[in-house]
Amino acid sequence: MSELTLSAVRLGVLVLLWLFIFSIVGVLRSDLYGTRIVHRSARGRNTIRPTRSSPTRPRRGFSILAVVDGQMRGTTVPLREAGVLLGRNPECTLILDDDFASGRHARVYYDDKSWYVEDLGSTNGTHVNGERIDAPTPLTDGTQLRIGATVLELRR
Amino acid sequence: MTTVSFFVPRTRRNVELLLLLFAVGIVLLAYLSVGLAVGGAVPIDIVTQGSWLLGFVVAFHLVLRWRAAYADPVVLPIVTLLNGLGVVMIHRLDLAEGRDLAEAFAPRQLMWSGLGIVIAALVIVALRDHRRLRRYTFTAMVAGLVCLLLPLVPFLGVELNGARIWIRVAGFSFQPGEVAKILLTIFFAAYLVQTRDALALAGRTVLGFPLPRARDLGPILVAWLSSLAVLVLERDLGTSLLFFGLFVAMLYVATERISWITIGLLLFSGGAYVAYLLFGHVRQRVEFWLDPWSPEALAQSSQLVDGLMGMGAGGLFGTGLGRGNPQITPFAESDFIIPSFGEELGLIGLCAILMLYVLFVERGLRTALGTRDGFGKLLATGLAFSVALQIFVVVGGVTRVIPLTGLTSPFLSSGGSSLLSNWVIVALLLRISDHARRPTPDEAPPPVTPPAGPGKAVIA
Repeated sequence: MSELTLSAVRLGVLVLLWLFIFSIVGVLRSDLYGTRIVHRSARGRNTIRPTRSSPTRPRRGFSILAVVDGQMRGTTVPLREAGVLLGRNPECTLILDDDFASGRHARVYYDDKSWYVEDLGSTNGTHVNGERIDAPTPLTDGTQLRIGATVLELRR
Repeated sequence: MTTVSFFVPRTRRNVELLLLLFAVGIVLLAYLSVGLAVGGAVPIDIVTQGSWLLGFVVAFHLVLRWRAAYADPVVLPIVTLLNGLGVVMIHRLDLAEGRDLAEAFAPRQLMWSGLGIVIAALVIVALRDHRRLRRYTFTAMVAGLVCLLLPLVPFLGVELNGARIWIRVAGFSFQPGEVAKILLTIFFAAYLVQTRDALALAGRTVLGFPLPRARDLGPILVAWLSSLAVLVLERDLGTSLLFFGLFVAMLYVATERISWITIGLLLFSGGAYVAYLLFGHVRQRVEFWLDPWSPEALAQSSQLVDGLMGMGAGGLFGTGLGRGNPQITPFAESDFIIPSFGEELGLIGLCAILMLYVLFVERGLRTALGTRDGFGKLLATGLAFSVALQIFVVVGGVTRVIPLTGLTSPFLSSGGSSLLSNWVIVALLLRISDHARRPTPDEAPPPVTPPAGPGKAVIA
């Protein structure tokens, strides 16, 4: 076997190894899954497209949780019966970009015909109509829910 | 200004198939390279060996299509490539040592790889939802500790190469510590997801340093004592380091409190220092690490030096597979397989192998980020971290960054128990990543462990 063939095979292994790694990195770049953070323009124009996985649920009364004040004003999140988690962690349904919000700050959930908000031991507290809550509190029409500088409301 | 949107996830199974073919191709080229260099001809069994490997991994790929369609697409190709390269290197060392078919390591490694793939497929098929493992929290703990201490049972445990980590039943030897690794990761994840609020929130702050409550220190002390027991009774430095590091890392991930890491490092350094003072085998390892070229160290073991010289001989591009002399190092096919690759593939090849591990661990951690339940998060983090820590301990040991401890490099090293347990880790990670990437159904199914009434913290 000629020295040339041996060297070619030997270098081929190295080249292919690195090609393999780069193709994996290429796959990963186009395969970021899960929640995606969309950077919006500073004008506050809402650029989130309606999503297929966000069903409206008219029979439950409320169907969306809307941000009515704060940096993310105009953002809405579909209410899910399993609960909506609010906070700064990426696992949350609504990720709050707010220095006064905790990682897992509060949860909005459905229980026995009405929606409740529950504080998850946040540092700065969750306020409902201006009062800091320490137990699950029912949310009704026009109830203002405040976390840090973000104010949220339930919408139909 | 940020906001969140959902987008349609893709299964990417076809990409996985392509990458699998690529990985098998690289393995075959490596095999060809060994055959050309050693025998001067194309190995006659390259087609049969290649089709065995291809058959097994494609079968596993089909199981994924069937039962975990949204599983991560790059994990299986990475692991296939690592496993295949390991078999090629072991085969190459078999040739160099002149082992005949009966005592060769490579066929056995290939058999164990097949068995590992079958078991991983069974895990994928049988375990439809990783959250079911939470039911077995304390079963996993007891089983894990039993596995960990099984080698100490007289007549069952065997002492090999100074460490008592093997059991021998009916002619088969097995390292139960590898299984214990998975069982204890399951236990840690389930335990920490229950108690993390108490561990994270309760406690006082002393001089700006948040201290946990004394009673919350219990589990970390138990983990510390059992890892010390492994160190003292089984003389296994690597396993002891792996378990304690794993527990501390998972504790930190669960609570986000750096104080746990500080406490863990202090406990570990204290324990390690006492072990250094008390036990000869620990002191010996440290002396080899500090000065492997001293006449006293060389008189006892030249293993570390052999490995270093081998990697030096490989240089940047390596000698080429089959053209170096990695067989000079004792245990070149298990503990010292990394220097063997360093010698024959060079720094460039070794970096590629480390990069494959990096990508594997990254996929594990990405799965942990993407999954929506706390138990899955901790389990995926723990499994990925255990692989990362093991690689650090192995590569750090053979490159003299830390004292050498006897651990196998996942997927590469010769050894059935290690291969099997690592394939199970792959199956668990794929299962969790399937869960993480699957689009949420409109009516989310109730979690297996239902969150208690409105008064309790949510299990997220």
